[in-house]
Amino acid sequence: MLQDFYYALPIMLASLWSVGLILIEALAEKASLTKIAAQLGFILVLVFCFVVPNESHAVFYGMLKTGLFTNYTAGVFSLTGLLVVSISSEYLNDEDIHYGEFYPIVFLSVVGMMLMASSGNLTILFIGLELMSIALYVLAGLNRKLDRSNEAAIKYFLLGAFASGFFLYGIAFIYGDAGSLSLIKISSFYESHEPSGMFWIGLILVLIGLLFKIAAVPFHQWAPDAYEGAPTASTAFMSTSAKIASFSALIIIILTFASILAKTESFTNVLAIVAVLSMILGNLYALGQDNIKRMLAYSSIAHGGYMLVGIVAANASGLSGVLFYTLIYSITTIGAFGLILSLERKQSFLDINDYRGLFKTHPLPATLIAVFMFSLIGLPPLGGFIGKYLVFSAAIEADLTWLVVVGVLASLLSVFYYLRVVLVMFLEHPNDNVQVTEIASLNTVLLILALLTLVLGFYPSPLINIAQKAIAMF
Amino acid sequence: MILTLTIFLPLIFGILVFGVKKERVELQKWIALTGSALTFGLSLFLFTQYSSQASFQFEHLALHNWLGQTFDTAYRVALDGFSMPLFLLTGFLFPLTIIGSWNDINHNNREYLFLMLMLETGVLGVFAATDLFLFYLFWEAMLIPMYFIIGLWGGKSRIYAATKYFIYTLSGSLLMLIGIIYIGYLGAGENAGVFTTDYQKLLELNLPLDQQLWLFWIFGISFFIKVPLFPVHTWLPDAHTEAPTAGSVILAGVLLKMGTYALIRFNLTLFPLASHEFSMLIAILSIIGIIYGALLALVQTDIKRLVAYSSVSHLGFVVLGLFAFTTEALQGAILQMVNHGLSTGLLFMLIGMIYSRRHTRFISEFGGIKKTMPVFTSIFLITTLASVGLPGLNGFVGEFLILSGSFKSLNYGSYAYAILASLGVVLSVVYMLPMIQKVFHGKITNDANRTLKDLNPRELMVSVAFVFFMVWIGVAPGGFLNISEHASEQLLERLSKSHMQSSMATFNPN
Repeated sequence: MLQDFYYALPIMLASLWSVGLILIEALAEKASLTKIAAQLGFILVLVFCFVVPNESHAVFYGMLKTGLFTNYTAGVFSLTGLLVVSISSEYLNDEDIHYGEFYPIVFLSVVGMMLMASSGNLTILFIGLELMSIALYVLAGLNRKLDRSNEAAIKYFLLGAFASGFFLYGIAFIYGDAGSLSLIKISSFYESHEPSGMFWIGLILVLIGLLFKIAAVPFHQWAPDAYEGAPTASTAFMSTSAKIASFSALIIIILTFASILAKTESFTNVLAIVAVLSMILGNLYALGQDNIKRMLAYSSIAHGGYMLVGIVAANASGLSGVLFYTLIYSITTIGAFGLILSLERKQSFLDINDYRGLFKTHPLPATLIAVFMFSLIGLPPLGGFIGKYLVFSAAIEADLTWLVVVGVLASLLSVFYYLRVVLVMFLEHPNDNVQVTEIASLNTVLLILALLTLVLGFYPSPLINIAQKAIAMF
Repeated sequence: MILTLTIFLPLIFGILVFGVKKERVELQKWIALTGSALTFGLSLFLFTQYSSQASFQFEHLALHNWLGQTFDTAYRVALDGFSMPLFLLTGFLFPLTIIGSWNDINHNNREYLFLMLMLETGVLGVFAATDLFLFYLFWEAMLIPMYFIIGLWGGKSRIYAATKYFIYTLSGSLLMLIGIIYIGYLGAGENAGVFTTDYQKLLELNLPLDQQLWLFWIFGISFFIKVPLFPVHTWLPDAHTEAPTAGSVILAGVLLKMGTYALIRFNLTLFPLASHEFSMLIAILSIIGIIYGALLALVQTDIKRLVAYSSVSHLGFVVLGLFAFTTEALQGAILQMVNHGLSTGLLFMLIGMIYSRRHTRFISEFGGIKKTMPVFTSIFLITTLASVGLPGLNGFVGEFLILSGSFKSLNYGSYAYAILASLGVVLSVVYMLPMIQKVFHGKITNDANRTLKDLNPRELMVSVAFVFFMVWIGVAPGGFLNISEHASEQLLERLSKSHMQSSMATFNPN
């Protein structure tokens, strides 16, 4: 039993720390102190992810599963948490919403994600999903004096609750067929039994729940409004880690049910259609956006589609490619949102035309945005390219060349709107009516993120090796 | 190792430029010039060590399994007979371009020099890469600097031109990426089941015709856009015209050659059967390009646009030579790549010089400037004559070899191709010489032209360096042709062998 605590150290520590954070917030009543405590917590969890053993273990009576996969995803979650917390405080101050609660809520949400990625039981998966989502609903509505923010929270909450219902209903169906909630028991049950129609209904419902969180088309309707209305700091968090957590859960499901899914092609086909729709529609919608937050919201739908390509390929290289993609995607997206919130003032300066000539007046932020945009396009030598390359090559390995062709054409569409941001900043003349002020203290963090994007582009092999091992050792 | 140093030296100096204060513009330029001049020195040194009889030389392998254990991708560079001449040309053009456009850039000088040097590293890398994945990285890495060079320092409709350039190029290269991944998995058969993009291992592949047919296009479209071949040439006139002088020189001088070079390296070498299959079609497209480009050049009022369209025409010759599958034509095409880089590069440079004096490029604005700028006029005339193929200058040798090779070509099997292409030579005289006449000869009609200053020593030095090589290649092309002779013969052998094998297979169904 004690051994179990050791194996699950990151998640244990994170849970404890989140409770501690609530206490600190209540006692100290100083948001900046809570921020430092949260940062410290994330760093500790991140360090622990490297310390605990990488072999797979089922702990706490099979409720949790630990190992390299868990450590990797927990590391990514706490890194995104750390980054979001680090870029947010000045922005929240400016918006007059610097409540200390922000930090415990982000932390709780990360605990939920870690639970999802280490679940050995469908109940844990659901608890993790809910913990994450409820925290996110609160984050979306953080700016409670603002109608847009309230609208975002309500929309996200109503549709999210609906999706959770689907998810739970799906679990019930699977339980009804297999007679167990433990993932290992379910998969060993189906080694000797044919899955019935009930199982498939259950699986599809579970899938819908997860695809909703990913904001894959056709379950994406909530995303643009929620992303636009929520405070930018929350948006940065929602659009990255929530997505990654759901992808980790998808990977767990794919790996657990691999033998059943291999028997049928229709499951892959359904996912492939979702991927195609997300890639094409996400990019098409993004083309028409002038609000940069909304544009990134739609583009994140498209990126969900690219990652789904790796899931559809369902081979080791595809799944590890998705793991790699999630990290580089979080880094670039948080970087892009970080720059937006560093320039944003009270919901203004969000229109793409406000960025006119930014390179002439503020060369550093403009260059950083350009780096992130080029990485999101997937241009070498930036990390975004490697991510896309890995999932696309996995799909070609799995004989899904047509899917890659669609993906490539979709990324070509994305060039138009990403490039438009760069074009407006670099090639057009500054707009004299718009006063630009940046939060200069953020530049260090964002510079580090841009450098990480470059480093992952130039020398990705260590991370790729870890991701591949994480899948192989699952 | 030296090859790697040569490739990355410009980038290193480009980063050094940022170490200098923003105001010290002169020092920045000198650093950039030193970097590119050293690079040229190193590429010359490589050339002295180069043996024309061997295939890949100066090999350097690093970063093995760069994308994880499941992909045999690595940093692999080497030079052979096809890449050596273009590698030298790149090394030669960049320092001269930096000198030639010394005073052209009046804002964001550091960024400009950095992008130029980054571009040089990209181009050198493309020519030296012997790993398909690395090739793709360098190919794409050039997109960003060129986009900004056109977009930030270009002419009036620079934004349109830069965006068009970006999207055209990227759409081609994304398709190429699919091709590279696909062929990487096919290559697994030659590499113990591991995905490989090692060019030399992929050379062992004998792909069946049906796979070659679609891979030819998925690779080829990207290269045809770059060349550019009719009908995907429309980005070129805009990009050339709107780019700053240095950008146009580099675009015409080396960037277009990357397309033709890649056609040799990948399409002809890896997909010989498909190349046979499609050679007629490509030849027809290139002849349309030759004539159409020439006709469009004929009606231009802007000198720079005129030269830009002439590039479409000239590159048509190169592609025609490539797909004739004769030694003369292939050798001529390779030489013509260098020739076009020299003569069109210098033409763009000269246009830049006159533009910096008069701030216009319209033919009608000039007239009779021979009287005020005699040295400029003579150099412009020499370059024009080289470009239209006057015997004794470089252009003639290339065009002659391509045309005679196409006449002899069994592959084309008809004289019609060569005859139609020769029409392009005639047309090139028709559009170039009247322009010369209108701009330089006659009376000075515009008062602004009376006070023009002739070339200064800096400009003269650059021009003479170009002219020197144009005359040298024109008079004694043998030394230059030698560089690629061995490689050309090997390629033709490969082409005919695969063709024979496949026709044997059709005769003998067993």
